[in-house]
Amino acid sequence: MKEKPIGLTILNVISVILLGISLYMSLVFAPVEVNMGNVQRIFYTHVSVGWLGMIGFLLALVAGILYLVTGKKRWDIIGVAGVEVGLVFCFLNIISGSVWAKATWNTWWIWEPRLITATIMELIYIAYIMLRQSIDEPDRRARFGAIYAIVGFVSVPLTFLSIRIWNTIHPVVIASGDAGADTGMNMTDNMQKAFFFALFTFTVIGVTLLWHRIRLGFLSDKIEQLKMKMVE
Amino acid sequence: MHKNNKTSFFKSVWAIVWKDLAAELRSRELMTAMLMFAVLVILIFNFALDLNPNIQKEVTPGILWVTFVFAGTLGLNRSMAVEKDRGCLDGLLLAPVDRNAIYFGKMIGNLLFMLIIEAIVIPLYSILYNMNLFNPGLLLTILLGSIGYAAVGTLLSSMAVHTRTRDVLLPILLFPVVLPVLITAVQASGAYLAGQDFEYISNSIYILITYDVIFLAIAYMVFDFVVEE
Repeated sequence: MKEKPIGLTILNVISVILLGISLYMSLVFAPVEVNMGNVQRIFYTHVSVGWLGMIGFLLALVAGILYLVTGKKRWDIIGVAGVEVGLVFCFLNIISGSVWAKATWNTWWIWEPRLITATIMELIYIAYIMLRQSIDEPDRRARFGAIYAIVGFVSVPLTFLSIRIWNTIHPVVIASGDAGADTGMNMTDNMQKAFFFALFTFTVIGVTLLWHRIRLGFLSDKIEQLKMKMVE
Repeated sequence: MHKNNKTSFFKSVWAIVWKDLAAELRSRELMTAMLMFAVLVILIFNFALDLNPNIQKEVTPGILWVTFVFAGTLGLNRSMAVEKDRGCLDGLLLAPVDRNAIYFGKMIGNLLFMLIIEAIVIPLYSILYNMNLFNPGLLLTILLGSIGYAAVGTLLSSMAVHTRTRDVLLPILLFPVVLPVLITAVQASGAYLAGQDFEYISNSIYILITYDVIFLAIAYMVFDFVVEE
């Protein structure tokens, strides 16, 4: 049995330190936003976890395609890791957004395009997990999982673009030209620093979690194989 | 030679469509069930929403699409289960035809069943609620929405049929994927019924067309892997 890689332990420590610094930057260092007040500070985390969720699903898409092309088991394990990590971060994204909405829109939830598409995305990947659970043969499970990850990914760019396609009251952060001129946030220098630092921090945390999950996947695969050997 | 391949592809697609139609014409199992179900859904909506002429106009597109989607799920489940249960799928796979011909054959069959149901439900709804639904724009929206629904529905139902919980799983797999199509179709239908100009609706129509193309393209690329043994 392989020992826990040293790189992973180092990443664990770095993740915790970065998270501490990032929290300081978004809660203390960044200035108070003029219109929304302190509640705007949740935005640094909210956008970062949302970004990471989409990265997780993107990874599942790439792994799905590579699995179908190569048929190598490792891509299946990586794909599942991408979906699971993506699901957790998207859920955090929805929850943090809901908290922000209560303060800004005075309601936990409204039915507007961004929230709807984000929820659809979350539901698709929950369905992905359910699909896998109801297939017993490992090969077919991996194949169908890969296909569903490809089909389901259609929802990810839609979620990202939803606030740009439809008129919505959800703020646009990465605005191009006049698209977000009225709703876009005008971040000051220190806000931008806090934002990009949070983005970086959560990316590192995401990579760490993915590594853990992929390692777990390989280990449980090994256990399956050992069990099979015992039966024989 | 290349041209020959093409004609044989279309021939095999047509053969599969014809097989489904002929089987249905003889048994009439599926259409009767789908139609009964569609009428029941409308009936349930009628009482659940307490439809009076004031609100009924606003909710019509929603009711129509929910009816089509639910009836369509019945059809999708059935069309693949029939192949699987009687071992027909293995026969189809053994036949020396392009696997994608099987997909397109089943997909066109499913689409036709949905369109037939819609062609019955729309006049029926028009009569029951004294409302003219024969609006070319609305019919176009229904056609585009049904194509997207059948495209991804056929792919996912051929996956769901191989799982342990198959009938239960199909809507769970299908609905979230197809929801954007459904939302757009409801919006476009509502706009057409309200008599809006095309410039306000064009966006929705383009999104529907985009979805149809994307779903057909993905299904075309991955269907081989679904049926691989």
